[in-house]
Order: sequence, then C-alpha cells, then structure tokens
Amino acid sequence: MEDKIQFELNGKPVEIPMDEHQTLLWALRTYFNLTGTKYGCGQGDCGACTVILNGEAIRSCQVGMNEVSGAKVITIEGLASNGELHTLQKAFMEHDALQCGFCTPGMIMNAYGLLLKNPDLTKEEIIAGMEDNFCRCGAHNRIIDAVEAAAKEMKSVETR
Amino acid sequence: MKETKEYNEYTAGETSVPGLRRRDFFKLLGGGLYVFFNVTDALNVLATESEQRRSLPTDYNAFLLIHEDGTVSCYTGKIEMGQGVITSLAQMLADELDVAYEKVKMVMGDTMLCPWDMGTFGSMSTRFFGPPLRAAAAEALAVLLDMAAEKLGISAEQLTVEDGVIISKQDKGKKIAYRELTSGKKIERYLDQKPEVKDYSEFRIMGKSFNHQDGRLKVTGEAKYTADIRVPGMLYARILRPPSHGAKLVSVDTSEAEKQDGVLVVKDRDLIAVLHENPEKAEESRDKIKAEYEFDEKDVNDQNLFDYLLKNAPEGQIINSQGDLDIGKRMVDTLVESEYYNSYVAHATMETHAALAHIEDEKITVWASTQTPFPAQETISRVTGFPLENVRIIPPFLGGGFGGKTAHSQAVEAARLAKITGKPVMVDWSREEEFFYDTFRPAAVVQISTGTDASGKINLWDYKEYYAGERGSDTIYDVPHQRTMAFGRGWRAPEVHPFATGAWRAPGNNTNTFARESQIDIMAAKAQTDPIEFRLKNLTDQRMIGVLKEVAEKAGWKPAASPSGRGFGVACGFDAGAHVAHIAEVEVDQATGRVQVKRVVCAQDMGFCINPEGATIQMEGCINMGLGYSLTEEVKFTGGKIETKDFSSYQLPRFSWIPKIETHILELNEPPQGGGEPAIICMGAVIANAIFDATGARLYHLPMTPDRVLDALKNKL
Ligand code: FES
Ligand code: FES
Repeated sequence: MEDKIQFELNGKPVEIPMDEHQTLLWALRTYFNLTGTKYGCGQGDCGACTVILNGEAIRSCQVGMNEVSGAKVITIEGLASNGELHTLQKAFMEHDALQCGFCTPGMIMNAYGLLLKNPDLTKEEIIAGMEDNFCRCGAHNRIIDAVEAAAKEMKSVETR
Repeated sequence: MKETKEYNEYTAGETSVPGLRRRDFFKLLGGGLYVFFNVTDALNVLATESEQRRSLPTDYNAFLLIHEDGTVSCYTGKIEMGQGVITSLAQMLADELDVAYEKVKMVMGDTMLCPWDMGTFGSMSTRFFGPPLRAAAAEALAVLLDMAAEKLGISAEQLTVEDGVIISKQDKGKKIAYRELTSGKKIERYLDQKPEVKDYSEFRIMGKSFNHQDGRLKVTGEAKYTADIRVPGMLYARILRPPSHGAKLVSVDTSEAEKQDGVLVVKDRDLIAVLHENPEKAEESRDKIKAEYEFDEKDVNDQNLFDYLLKNAPEGQIINSQGDLDIGKRMVDTLVESEYYNSYVAHATMETHAALAHIEDEKITVWASTQTPFPAQETISRVTGFPLENVRIIPPFLGGGFGGKTAHSQAVEAARLAKITGKPVMVDWSREEEFFYDTFRPAAVVQISTGTDASGKINLWDYKEYYAGERGSDTIYDVPHQRTMAFGRGWRAPEVHPFATGAWRAPGNNTNTFARESQIDIMAAKAQTDPIEFRLKNLTDQRMIGVLKEVAEKAGWKPAASPSGRGFGVACGFDAGAHVAHIAEVEVDQATGRVQVKRVVCAQDMGFCINPEGATIQMEGCINMGLGYSLTEEVKFTGGKIETKDFSSYQLPRFSWIPKIETHILELNEPPQGGGEPAIICMGAVIANAIFDATGARLYHLPMTPDRVLDALKNKL
C-alpha cells in the first residue's frame, strides 16, 4: 500500500501520497490546488510562500512534506471564515496595502503568525517581524499600517 | 513633438495585426452598442512616421461595448500589473458615459477578445489611451442620446443622463435606460471625429479616489497569476540552462534523466527540457542531465565594467544643442567636470516569468505573465507555425512588471514544448532563471561638464550619456550654451552588454536624473547657495518651479548651503509628462557607511489626476523601489556568467529601510500625465545629495553601498 501523509489543512483532515522530496509549497499548489501560496524564490528568502504550520508562520518552500505529518496547516485560503474576511484581509483592502498583490498572501499569513504569538505588537515589532517578507512594488508603508490597524481591531474585539 | 518620439521608441520594429475579426466578436460578445476607436489616430502621434503607421492597425485598436444589460465593457490590449490602470481607465469611462463606476468592466490583454496593442509600458495607458477612451465614451453617449431622442420624441438637447438612464429635462417621467436602447441590437460605430468630452468641472468620478478594483481577489489568494492556472494533464517543464550567456552547448547526455519515472525529455535544438506533472520531480530529473559547453565570454565583469563600456562606446549622436559651448566656456567662473556610473539593475518582480501553453483543436492558448501579449502572439505564431488567428494569449494578473515583462521568451518556450509534446506545458522560471534571463537596466556612464558665472548662473552644459538612454537627458535648466550627446542606443543596445538589457521603470531617466541632479548640487555647493534657491535661479520651466516650491513648502525647507550637516537632499526631474521634486532626509553611519533614509517628501505635477489614491500608491511604490537601486541593487557578473542568483546576493528594500513618505499631488486642470514612473527618477540623486549634505562626501556611483560610502568619506576633500 502506498504511504500517505495525513494532516489538517484549513480545518479539514486531508491526506496526500508520501513523497519525501516534495515541499509543502508544491504540495499545496499542485496536489491541493491552493495557489494563493506563491513561489517567489524557493530558497526561504522572500516570504511569498508563508503559511501557518502548528501556529507558526513558516516558509512552505523550506518545509518537506514529511515534517507536515499530523500537523495543522493554514493557508491564505483558510483565513476567511464562511465568506467573512479576516480582519487582516479587510485591513489590507482598506489600506490599499498592495499593488500587484503577489506578495500579499505571504504578507498576510506572516502578519497573522506574528499576531498569533503576540497580539500586542508595536509598530517596531511589526517592522521587525515583517522584515524578511519582500514586496517589490513598495507597498511597505501601507502594509505596516494595515497590520497595525488589524492588530488594534482584533484586540478590541477580544476585550469586548 | 516630444510624445511622438516617445511613442515611437516603443513601436519601432513591431508588426501587427488586429486580434479579432469583427464578425467573430459580434458572435462572441453578443448584442449592444459597439464603439471602435484607434488610440494612435485619435492622438495623431504617428502622423509624421508613415513607415511605422503601416505596421500599426489601420482601423481601430480598442472598443467599448454597452451590453444589452446596461453594463459597459472596455476591451483593450493593455494589461494590469499592479499599476492600477484597471481602476483609472474604468473611472474615465464611467464618468464620460454617466454610468456608475461599478458597472464598468475592463477586459484587458486577451488577444482573442481585445484589439491589438503594442504593450503596457512607459506610463502611457492614461496619457495615450485615456483621451481616445474618453472620446469613445462621449461618442457612445451621443449615439445613445440620439436613439433616446428618437424613441422619446424629444430632441437630444432636451435630454440629460443620470447613471445610465436618459431623462427628459422637462418631464422627469419621460426616461429610458441604456439597457432598453441597446437590448436586442448590434449597433456598430467607429470613431473618426473627436466628440466633445467633459470639462474638468463636470467630472464626477475622475479625480476621486478609488481603492484597487481587485483588492478582494488579492487578499484572499483567489487572484490567478499565470503559474496558478491549472489545465488537466498539464506538465511542468524544467529546462536545461547554460552556465553563462557566452556558453554554447557542445554535448548533452540526458540518459539519467530519462530513467526517472513519468518524465518526458524533450530535445529540440537549443531547447532541452524535462517535463513531469510534479514540478519538483521535473527539476530533480533535469539536474541529472550532463552537459558540456564551449565558452566565448566577453572580457568584462562588474569590476572593469565602466572602462569596458567607455572603451567600446559607439560614436555619439548630438540630440540637443543650443548656443556655442566654446562661448559658454569663456563665460564660466567655476567649472565642474564629473563622471557618474550606475551598475546593472534587475527587475526582480516577485512573480517570476511564467507561461502555460495548451493546444486544443489546432489552436494554441498561452497564459503568460507578459506586458506585451500581442507581440508575444506574433512571436509564438512565427516560432510554432500556428496561424496568428489560432494563437491566443491571455495575460492573467501580473505579479509586477516594471518593464521586465516586455520580454516574453518563457511564453515561447511553453508554446514550443506544448507543440512538441502535445500536452499542456507550464514554464515557470525559478528565481535563478529570473536573474539569469532578466533584461537588466543597462549599466551606464554619464559625463558632465558644466559651469557657472560668479552670480551662480549656469552658462555651460556639456552632457554625454553612454548606454543609459535618452529619456530624462534633457537639461531642464535654462542654459544658453548646451549640448547633449547620446552614445549607444540606451537600453535598446544589446551589442555591447554581455547579456540582455531592457526597459526598467522610467528607462534611462533614473540614470540621467541621478547625474544631472547630482551635478546641479555640486554646483550649488560650490556657489555656496541653498540647493533649492540655486535650482530656482536656473529654471524657467514654470511647472518644474511649481513642484520645487511645493515640495520645499510641504517639507518645511529651511534654506542652507550644503553640506549643512542636516542630511537633507533635494532633486527634481521630468518623466512621462509629469514633473516631480523630492526632498529626502538621511542618516549616515560614518563607521559602517550604511545610509538610512528617514523621510521623503515628494511633490508631483501630473496634470489632472484621475485617481489620487492610485497615484499616491504609485508614488510611494516608486520611492520605496527607488531605495533599492540607490543603495544596494547591483548585478554581479563575470563575462556572461551572472553571479547574482538569489535574494541573498541581490538586496531588495526591506521594511526597516522604509522612510516616512509624504506625497503631494498638485491639483491642476491640465491633461493627465503618467504616474507609474516619475516619482522613482529622483531617488538616486536625492539620496546622494542628502548624503553630501550630511557628510560632505559625494557619491558618483549607484548603488551607494556602504563600501562606496566609506570610500567617498575617505576621499572627501
Ligand atoms: S518562495 Fe519560499 S521564501 Fe520565497
Ligand atoms: S504588491 Fe507587488 S510585490 Fe508586493
């Protein structure tokens, strides 16, 4: 029998044939057809491929599928719930924090990972935490503003 | 006429055929009111160039369609790559036609649905496409009014329009919607006379800010870029690449690759590829190919580059000359002679080049990340032998372009592989391939010899640019004795470079503005005059004066001669019809040579601004992107071997570098100008001038890396 890897993807149990050479990035993009996770460099440099693995923002191009067994993975497609956009997604739209939009899913997932760890991010912490995600279009200022606004909003919802 | 020159710069050499036959699109698109228009005719930009006129479509190259349901589509060969024309063009159309913005849909770049267009670059969509688009919308409105007049039995003058409904001015009860007029009809109109378009005072939608039309798709990951397109049975291709641009394949052994499960190996002359449904398997197998090469390298690298370029320079062309340089020299008290350099710069879009080719029923469809779908269609037809009408190019969303996606060789590769294998084939370049095949902004040298008299008036301007390109080489200052010479054809001069070069956001202008505005700053410092005052004294162009004064006021500029120790720099320039001026504040770490740009203020005169929000975003993007070529971005190479392969050896601007940005768009009722490029051109000079103001050290070489800053600090007088 073929070996399979089982894990949880955007809240649903899934499985995929074991292939030790496969990275999470390409499994998502090809096998699961979740193309919101982008290839930007394949070398861990740019952050376009960022997803959440067990509560941490990671670079899916650097993660082999064998590391994913039993894990929980969230991609950009899994962020909205029942058609309702996540606060971060709304904030990116409201602040026009994108141009070509190619870096956007990675930016949002990385920010989501930061906020999971620390909901009280200061602007300096946002900048430091986003540092290794690249945006060639230069939407940086707006991305920082969007993340800052979303963090505030999420906090106020929580404490309400 | 300046625009003619600029337009032709891009069209020369292209041939063309309209994409879609008229009878076909009636079938495809259904009923409604069609208005066809020709971008070039309406502007008359090619009137003097009969030869090039022949190669452009003679009848129309865009049209708009008022559908039977009252919505409006505009079919244009332009593409959206983050610059936001999808929004601003829709605004123009909605405004002229008096329909809600939400009712307008832009259909862009699909060669089957859209008429021919040369490509999207040069900040031309708004400037050159906008006026005929507005005229077409006005024409459509006139036709609809005529039809309504007939239907309602009221003269057209007695009618008015509110959001797609034509209403009698006398009796508001008498009305008819566009929908009712166009339903069940196929009405065809061509635009040959310019109808009246709205006056600025009548705009309701133009001039207002709109968020990106495509925002929701992009924050949810639903937006499809080329590499996201899926076709059943598609294979990923991984292509054998030479180690250098000077390498020639002499022998190849693919036997190991062929042994891998499920692979397909293609060997077609220069194209050797491994295909697999799993991209990582394809790559693994491709890496098992053994290949030997013969090398014929140019003796040039990033160290001896500028000597090489000057040594191999072709003869210069005088592109502008006024007065007499010898007389000018005699009128000069202070002579400044400088040489400026800039290295090769990559486009480095976050999306690499990708294309998916799919053949069905003798027709080939290629989804491609390209700024030039129609030229790509022609190339693919020529290379694969499919007749032009059977080649369809669809450009999905582009993950950045900046000129880098005017080249489309990935689409040709995908098409060839699809034809050979009969399967749908995806060619999506790796980051390394992207650096290797990028059409870099050319390395360039500018030599300037200028002089002022005792009063600080510039009397002499002798300007020579090598390989940068003419764009932005205008003197802009009022100098009685001046000459500008161009050596080499700018980014269109492949012969000297060891690899491909091409248009890079505001081609030519980044280099030229860096040189000119640095030189002005040197003269101002020598004259011990505040750099803004010095510029104003030597300018007569009222719009340039306007942006300079605006930026000075908005930044709270306090006049002082440089170096003042404050770290403030200024620069101004002209690009794509727009005037810009920047002020920057920097901090220089004198121990490490690292420069931090803390604040950039930018004033832009772009005529009437269609979408202030969109234009602001472009200005911010220009400023942030400009930090890269100013401070770090430089392609390393040895002969044809590109040493820069990844983002650790090619540093893009990061979050921690980002300055506080303040943008100011002048409010003017003048024809709209380009907005995607102008604000990037000053970045080199404004930072160099600020570094000088902070430290007294002058930088002549872009990028101004820490090493170069340290050198300049050591060498300062
Ligand atoms: S694609 Fe994974 S970091 Fe760039
Ligand atoms: S929006 Fe284009 S790369 Fe960030």
